[in-house]
Amino acid sequence: MERRRLHLVLTLALIAVLFLALWWADTHLGEFPLRVARTGAIYVVAAVAYNLVNGITGQFSLGPNGFMALGGYTTALLILPLQQKQFVWFLEPLMWPFNSFSFPGYLFGLAVLLGGVMGALGALLVGIPSFRLRGDYLAIATFGFGEIIFVLANNLIPLTNGPLGMKGIPEYANVYWCFGAAVVATLVVSNIANSSYGRAMKAIRDDEIAAEAMGVNVFRTKMLAFVTSGFFGGVAGGLLVSLITTISPTLFTFGMTFNLLIIIVLGGLGSITGSVITGFGFALMSELLRVVEAPINIGPIHIPGVPGMRMVVFSVLLILLMIFYRRGLFGQFELSWDWVLSVLRVTRGVREWKRERKTESS
Amino acid sequence: MEARTQNGVILTLDHVTIKFGGLVAVNDFSLDIRKGELVGLIGPNGAGKTTVFNIVTGQYTPTSGRVIFEGRDITGWRPDLIAAAGIARTFQNVRLFTGLTVLDNVLVSQHLRLKSSFLSAAFQLPDYVKEDEDARARGMDLLERVGLAGLAKEQAGSLPYGQQRRLEIARALATNPRLLLLDEPAAGMNPEETTQLMRFICRIRDEFDLTIFLIEHDMRLVMGICERIRVIDYGVSIAEGTPQEIQSNPRVIAAYLGEEED
Repeated sequence: MERRRLHLVLTLALIAVLFLALWWADTHLGEFPLRVARTGAIYVVAAVAYNLVNGITGQFSLGPNGFMALGGYTTALLILPLQQKQFVWFLEPLMWPFNSFSFPGYLFGLAVLLGGVMGALGALLVGIPSFRLRGDYLAIATFGFGEIIFVLANNLIPLTNGPLGMKGIPEYANVYWCFGAAVVATLVVSNIANSSYGRAMKAIRDDEIAAEAMGVNVFRTKMLAFVTSGFFGGVAGGLLVSLITTISPTLFTFGMTFNLLIIIVLGGLGSITGSVITGFGFALMSELLRVVEAPINIGPIHIPGVPGMRMVVFSVLLILLMIFYRRGLFGQFELSWDWVLSVLRVTRGVREWKRERKTESS
Repeated sequence: MEARTQNGVILTLDHVTIKFGGLVAVNDFSLDIRKGELVGLIGPNGAGKTTVFNIVTGQYTPTSGRVIFEGRDITGWRPDLIAAAGIARTFQNVRLFTGLTVLDNVLVSQHLRLKSSFLSAAFQLPDYVKEDEDARARGMDLLERVGLAGLAKEQAGSLPYGQQRRLEIARALATNPRLLLLDEPAAGMNPEETTQLMRFICRIRDEFDLTIFLIEHDMRLVMGICERIRVIDYGVSIAEGTPQEIQSNPRVIAAYLGEEED
């Protein structure tokens, strides 16, 4: 109990420091670094949630782009101003009830939350039949779900405006919203992972038959992980569309799932710490690597700019990782207060030991 | 009536048959196990012993016949519900949660009794925190009793083989079973370790008030601790009796060594 309270205080202190730093960044840094940081925070929300299914429960899902799309469209429909709605849907009118209202800025949190709820509902819907399948079949079913959402987004014009999508979505997703969501997602997912439910999830990952024989309700436990993941996927989607202020079906293609897969595998499947760090790392690298997509002149050789070259770099990185460092950067390691405190204690111990030795020798 | 409640039957297999395609793996198998008994199931390789276990614990549903545990018909129940009803098992090839610590392996088995909701765990609400601490205390207590407390924070996969076997039994005990099924607990052990295991099995039966049903090839263990032995071959029961009776039964000898032809 004593230890738990200490950890709680330390966590709250860390969050306070983080938000002070954000406040400083918000007032002192330019638009570009803040944009990268916000994108990173959104990746963290989505990746941490995705890791709960793929890393901690060990179920190979390929569906997070579908949940992000559900959340993204929900939030966009809720916060897009009425005037903008009339302007965007010029081929066919927007369907009721979305044509009659629009959330004001102070209800942005609710809009994102409802995006999350839609993501969770989507996960529930696809999870019930999918978790009767194992291994590759689950991957295929969830992949199919993402594709279905893509097709629906392209064709349900009264709801999604089809391939044209929406533009002029208000940019409510400032650093506080994005980092707030990242903090909540990380805390909730790590709480789950360290709880009895999380142990049941890891037991399923390690040996499903043994887990079931020890009384774990396998189907229910997988669903809990999957629906939680769908919820935060939806939240991430909602934040993302408000960050980039536009939405179209191509934003949530399989490429999005692939990005998240790179993040969680690079960070270490099952390591929440890894997902947080590589989530930001991925956002940063995506910007830094824009260089490789620009036209390059090496002496007489001229390479024209190739859009998508960044993904080639990431893919090569992933292949190298799979060959040389299969468990990812962090394996299943988690940064915890216990670990930090024990490291501090060890270093303090070493220092005291050195001091003692010095006094002895002198 | 008095005698019946004292020697009450805890598990009944009632004419159980299971077929996989054309193969009859277990054929018309019936068995009563009384509360507190230590019963052994032996037979040559491929006789269908593990299949019998898989039927009892719900991994397989029998083609016909019934499984009755403490008066309830549990035929066709899901394995996790059977575990919750009070039957735990170990596996022929150790199946630990290798990525988890020794303590966490035992704690997984307590998950079925968790009352706090998922949201309560996700937000670490007081009711969950309290329950988790109680579960940890019980888990440590159990590890203490089976002599694994010193290894609580080790990864289960990194333990030596004998300790892994012991942990698997501890994990099964953590579900609070009344009937424990042990599938070849002495497999891969040396004679010294087997002797320790025999003492361990007898001790946990008394301490945890268990009924034990075990499969074993090590005859020293089977003859040493089982009170009653059932022999099956090709899915059919061929003999039952005390260790002495089984050792001298000609059908058992024939099944193990082959029959002489005249």
